[in-house]
Amino acid sequence: MTVMTDYILPVKSRGLHDEMIAFGIMTALLLIVPLTGVYPYFVMQALCFALLACAFNLLIGYGGLLSFGHAMFLGTAGYVSGHALKVWGFSPELGIVAGTAAAGALAVVTGSVAIRRQGIYFAMITLALSQLLYFIYLQATFTHGEDGIQGIPQGYMFGLLNLANPTILYYIVLACFLFGFLVIFRAINSPFGEVLKSTRENEQRAISLGYKTDQYKLLAFILSGTLAGFAGSLKVFVAQNASLTDVHWSMSGEIVLMTLVGGLGTVFGPVIGAFVIIAMQQYLAGFGQWVTVIQGVIFASCVLTFRRGIAGEISHRFGISL
Amino acid sequence: MQALYAQLLVGLINGSFYALLSLGLAVIFGMLNIVNFAHGALYMMGAFCAYFLLNIAGIGYWPALVIAPIAVGIFGMLLERTLLKWLAGLDHLYGMLLTFGIALIVQGVFQNYFGSSGLPYAIPDELKGGMNLGFMFLPVYRGWVVVFSLVVCLATWFLIERTRLGAYLRAATENPTLVRAFGINVPRMITLTYGLGVGLAALAGVLSAPINQVRPLMGADLIIVVFAVVVIGGMGSIMGSIITGFALGVIEGLTKYFYPEASNTVVFVLMVLVLLVKPTGLTGRAA
Amino acid sequence: MPDLAMAAAATRPASDAGASILSVRNLEAWYGESHILHGMNFDVNAGEVVTLLGRNGAGKTTTLKSIMGIIGKRTGSVRFNNQEINPAFSDRIARMGVAFCPEERGIFSSLDVRENLLLPPIVRPGGLSLDQIFDLFPNLKERLASQGTKLSGGEQQMLAIARILRTGARFLMLDEPTEGLAPVIIQQIGHTIAQLKKEGFTILLVEQNFRFASTVADRYYIVEHGKVIDGFANSELRANMDKLHTYLGV
Repeated sequence: MTVMTDYILPVKSRGLHDEMIAFGIMTALLLIVPLTGVYPYFVMQALCFALLACAFNLLIGYGGLLSFGHAMFLGTAGYVSGHALKVWGFSPELGIVAGTAAAGALAVVTGSVAIRRQGIYFAMITLALSQLLYFIYLQATFTHGEDGIQGIPQGYMFGLLNLANPTILYYIVLACFLFGFLVIFRAINSPFGEVLKSTRENEQRAISLGYKTDQYKLLAFILSGTLAGFAGSLKVFVAQNASLTDVHWSMSGEIVLMTLVGGLGTVFGPVIGAFVIIAMQQYLAGFGQWVTVIQGVIFASCVLTFRRGIAGEISHRFGISL
Repeated sequence: MQALYAQLLVGLINGSFYALLSLGLAVIFGMLNIVNFAHGALYMMGAFCAYFLLNIAGIGYWPALVIAPIAVGIFGMLLERTLLKWLAGLDHLYGMLLTFGIALIVQGVFQNYFGSSGLPYAIPDELKGGMNLGFMFLPVYRGWVVVFSLVVCLATWFLIERTRLGAYLRAATENPTLVRAFGINVPRMITLTYGLGVGLAALAGVLSAPINQVRPLMGADLIIVVFAVVVIGGMGSIMGSIITGFALGVIEGLTKYFYPEASNTVVFVLMVLVLLVKPTGLTGRAA
Repeated sequence: MPDLAMAAAATRPASDAGASILSVRNLEAWYGESHILHGMNFDVNAGEVVTLLGRNGAGKTTTLKSIMGIIGKRTGSVRFNNQEINPAFSDRIARMGVAFCPEERGIFSSLDVRENLLLPPIVRPGGLSLDQIFDLFPNLKERLASQGTKLSGGEQQMLAIARILRTGARFLMLDEPTEGLAPVIIQQIGHTIAQLKKEGFTILLVEQNFRFASTVADRYYIVEHGKVIDGFANSELRANMDKLHTYLGV
């Protein structure tokens, strides 16, 4: 049986070198975006989803765990941040911390349930757990049900930086994205990441080598959920609302799709995938439900003919590590 | 007490759908190693098929009960022949992703033409009205759905566990290579098995049409509940799927009576409890 | 390089000569990336019991699986009853009258003994009746309702052989039927094979236990590194003993 991540190139010693260069190029491109006249809200939204997809990819790409419920972290962090900012009057930085911490706590609870099973069952369990959260948020009062939390104030970061200014907000979001990206990058290349990868390849062997693989998987799940929550909190400042859309299963599906398009188990694939899918949604916004159909077609064609994704295909063709 | 019995009946009806759908998922998973995410969309297609038959061709409920599962089953077999069969040998998760994509396509197309609201489908004349059972009023159609679903579930169980065809199926689930080396056309069996599982989903869709109306997204949320049912009951046992499906429907019905706020979530909460107490699921076979 | 299959066929005692049922030429096979068979050449004639001998990993099991059509990537020619069966899918090969009993026996745990026994479809008339099978393996009759894998190892082996006798296939491929079995059971299986030969079955056997093989085989082929490197008749066994010890490393 071919394991999902067989399409990923083995990490080579020069891999790190390639990835550093790619990181430099990515950062430089993102830094000059406000000067290019590209609509900053589009890029900010894409950055939030890119971080979200990177967090998701940590689980599937390196731990072999397909979460079909990552929207629950996005949505939970969004609701908590939104509520803290709007109702409790939290400052932006505290609002982000509150939302991220809530997602982290949720990841501890859901992770310890979900990692009890592997493979397809893990996917079904995470999907069911996020649906459970969806119904809870649908009925809870602080989420305002179908309406969601609207008009969330952006405020002044550290009392100084006016987040209502798109340029300032852009650089804050970018800094947060790069921070989250580097945390994941560091985790993948740490001893922790190595154990995680060996668990994906052969869990029994990792266990027999003395690793408590369940603990590693749980830790990866918590890290992934927390960073997904971090992305959700950031998104509150961009969208200024928190709604049920972000907890819905279709959102979880979009996260999977972004990562699949970009390349499962690649470092930069989720970022590329997020930009591609968000751009596609922008351009096709007028097509109504056909967007869903197109997403389905992309899903199916990626699985059938393009399992390496964009970054994986580039790596494969040109022998560079992305 | 009337209200309790009424909710119990609703629970049994939902349980019928859970049982028919999780049964199909289990049969499909056994042969194809694919968790059929498109199962909810195909259930919806069953209901729409009945709707089209009635409104376009004037063909009523009874023929639809036979035609819709066969038509959707054939559609499923085409999917298997053209798309799913390429996944042989790949990680199980790819099957889930591909069928999720198929579900998005099917649901998206139907949403485009029919929006999100429900289309009515009338209860057939023969099953209109109700019976006074003394302790409760039983709408005939609802009673019919429960009894008929149970019969179909048991017939499927009999087919798989007690017939020669079922023996082929069980053997091919264990070791398809050897079964094929005995001279049995296993690829054809795989296609037919997918058709059978899909047909059961479509049948549930037809049964549901007069109760829940016909909506493009009617299967989208249902499939997630059915996944939770499958996690609880496991996919290793046919009878296990049937019993778990009905039992969870009943529990959901009871919750609607005693604590309605939790009726949407009770199946998921039970799933969490089962995972905490017995991580391998109730029938005990690991993934 | 001389064609060893031909050489081996030439050494065959004339009295045993029947029409060639199976003729394997330049058969190569791969498991994924690893190249296992490197050009197998041998023949099996009607009514013979032919044994493939060789060390572990020499390619004996792969040879049977390649003939059966189970190995995905294979080249060369396999002619069965003068029909080319490479490449064909295994279900078609089975329907032509080739029956296979795998090394791991392949008893299905979700089927009871009766279902296991009745599973392989009848491919042509002339198979053994259930009564004849129970005459050969009386143990099975008492265990019909047991779960297939609840049987002892010996009973499972008997079941694995019994179920392919029903199908009407006259060419049987048995992969290490004595592996891990007690001497008394091995004896019974030897008796069965002798009986089947008497009834006109043609049998291609893979064995590690060459003492057992010598009680049933008409001819031997030695397999090494995915090739037939030698062959001789049972009557020449004694003369070839030294060579055999070198080949098999016993």
